[in-house]
Amino acid sequence: MENQEIIRLQNIAVSFDGEKVLDDFSLSIRNGEFVTLLGPSGCGKTTTLRIIGGFVTPDEGDVFFDGELITKLPAYKRNVNTIFQRYALFPHLNVYDNVAFGMRVQKKSRSEVHETVKQMLELVNLKGFEKRGVGTLSGGQQQRVAIARALANNPRVLLLDEPLSALDLKLRKDMQGELKNIQQSLGITFLYVTHDQEEALSMSDTVVVMDGGRIQQIGSPQDVYNEPQNAFVADFIGESNILDGIMHEDYLVELFGRKFRCLDKGFAPKEPVDVVIRPEDIDIVEPEKGHLTGTVTRVTFKGVHYETIVDFKGFKWMIQTTDYCEPGSVIGIVLNPEDIHIMKKSEYSGQFGDYSSYSEEFDELADPEADLLHEGGGEAE
Amino acid sequence: MKTLSKIYNALIFLFLYAPIVVLIIFSFNDSKSRVVWHGFTTKWYSSLFSNSEILDSLKITLIVAVVAAVVATVIGTLAAVGIFGMNRKLKQTLLAVNNIPMVNPEIVTGVALMLMYVFIFRATGLLKPGFTTLLLSHITFCIPYVVLQVMPKLRQMNRHMYEAALDLGCRPSSAFFKVVLPEILPGVVTGMLMAFTMSLDDFVISYFTSGSSAQNLSVTIYSMTKRRITPEINALSTLLFGAVLLLLILVNVWQIRDKKKARY
Repeated sequence: MENQEIIRLQNIAVSFDGEKVLDDFSLSIRNGEFVTLLGPSGCGKTTTLRIIGGFVTPDEGDVFFDGELITKLPAYKRNVNTIFQRYALFPHLNVYDNVAFGMRVQKKSRSEVHETVKQMLELVNLKGFEKRGVGTLSGGQQQRVAIARALANNPRVLLLDEPLSALDLKLRKDMQGELKNIQQSLGITFLYVTHDQEEALSMSDTVVVMDGGRIQQIGSPQDVYNEPQNAFVADFIGESNILDGIMHEDYLVELFGRKFRCLDKGFAPKEPVDVVIRPEDIDIVEPEKGHLTGTVTRVTFKGVHYETIVDFKGFKWMIQTTDYCEPGSVIGIVLNPEDIHIMKKSEYSGQFGDYSSYSEEFDELADPEADLLHEGGGEAE
Repeated sequence: MKTLSKIYNALIFLFLYAPIVVLIIFSFNDSKSRVVWHGFTTKWYSSLFSNSEILDSLKITLIVAVVAAVVATVIGTLAAVGIFGMNRKLKQTLLAVNNIPMVNPEIVTGVALMLMYVFIFRATGLLKPGFTTLLLSHITFCIPYVVLQVMPKLRQMNRHMYEAALDLGCRPSSAFFKVVLPEILPGVVTGMLMAFTMSLDDFVISYFTSGSSAQNLSVTIYSMTKRRITPEINALSTLLFGAVLLLLILVNVWQIRDKKKARY
């Protein structure tokens, strides 16, 4: 069962009111995987989820579930269940009846319903809440009821649409761990939608980074963080300094008129490239010992580290360091080959990377909570 | 300043309700006089209930009000759900159209309906002005009120709730009955009570569409006043006022209870 494909989206295209939401979108999900669709709002991630759930019919393309074509199969006949944003619990029913809802629709026997509800409520740590009205529960508890209700139907795939976005930071972290545990203990496939890169990195087996209705990169959390394929991915996941460079030969790149050793190859001679340097990878040294020297323009204390903005010949970099550097002081930096990651030029080149107008990259997220999530994003492993 | 505003308020209520209070008092007056108090009696009420003309029209009024309220509620609720699912532009257009009968002068609606019934009757022999036309007219003017009551409930509803029911295996129709209807029920009930009240006290449209065979209370009262004004009319009006007041209180209580429930 493991590693067998369970969902395949093939050349999906969807437009709403003439606006393309998904464009020639293809994705394959293996059974038992925890897959996260990650991207800014409007990137098409929720639409992708709704297509699999059966709430949106694509204009073009096909959806396969376990090898069977289900593009036109109505939602109520699909063996997937969804956890909706803001839970969508049934307020006129109590916790027990909410969880039992799906099984009763399927005319399961009384004892089976009872047994499963008990089991599910235990799974989500809500034992003893059976008779409570869902309106009397806290956000986190409502979230758990929604999970129990969806899992009670014994779905092969669970679709989660930003399930934690309405919870506060602390609770969100706890629920992340719990969801991951539930997924692993049940062994079912989770397809998770979020705009929170930290959530995506810490929970997923596979991260699908999306923008503009297209997949920008698919890979393990380590891959998308360490080996971003283009400037969008590099910028969206974690913090990054993205610079123009020229690839002279394999393992040799030119930055700011200086050549650096790196670990990348396979580029044409003299090919212009995007160079990603993560803020936490940069070592600060005495100016005379540095490969490059720059002037500190701003320092912000972030708890674990200082976020230091440094001006290198008019281009501002972000450096995360535990050493405090006085604004206005001149510092040197050392770049080791493993700190430098080379990407091919893309349509996103030149859009990100300069911190002179620092941190407007998340402006596209209309959700005010997104700003909270953004804090400390660089440390996510 | 405060006393001034209190006096002002008192005056407003006085002018609003004094006529009704006078009417109620004189429905218990032991004389046909409309000016002099001759002592307390309930004889006008008893004679009211032995007046077959009034009892017939009361029966018609109640039947029409109940049937019109129920039918308008079904149609209006379905219409609201349908309109709610439409795209923005179509939704706004239809809601505007829905509002027209409510702001349109009743007399225009009444005359228009009458002309239509007469035309259909001439052309096909169907819909002779009478009970059926009265009922149809009442259903017609009640629908917008139901739509208007149900719509906000649909807006308040978590828009994913219907989808959640489908997701859990409900067919669309059973998702509606199991999840959507319980959620919008307060609006549906208020709409039905509103429709009932509207139908109960309608005069203008009924006057034009009832024909001579089926008159409801308000039309009967009107034709009675053309002959002579008896205290029976006072008694009847008092009862009507009481019934409508009771219904309005019921609607309000229901809405307050619903608001309390919504505030969890």
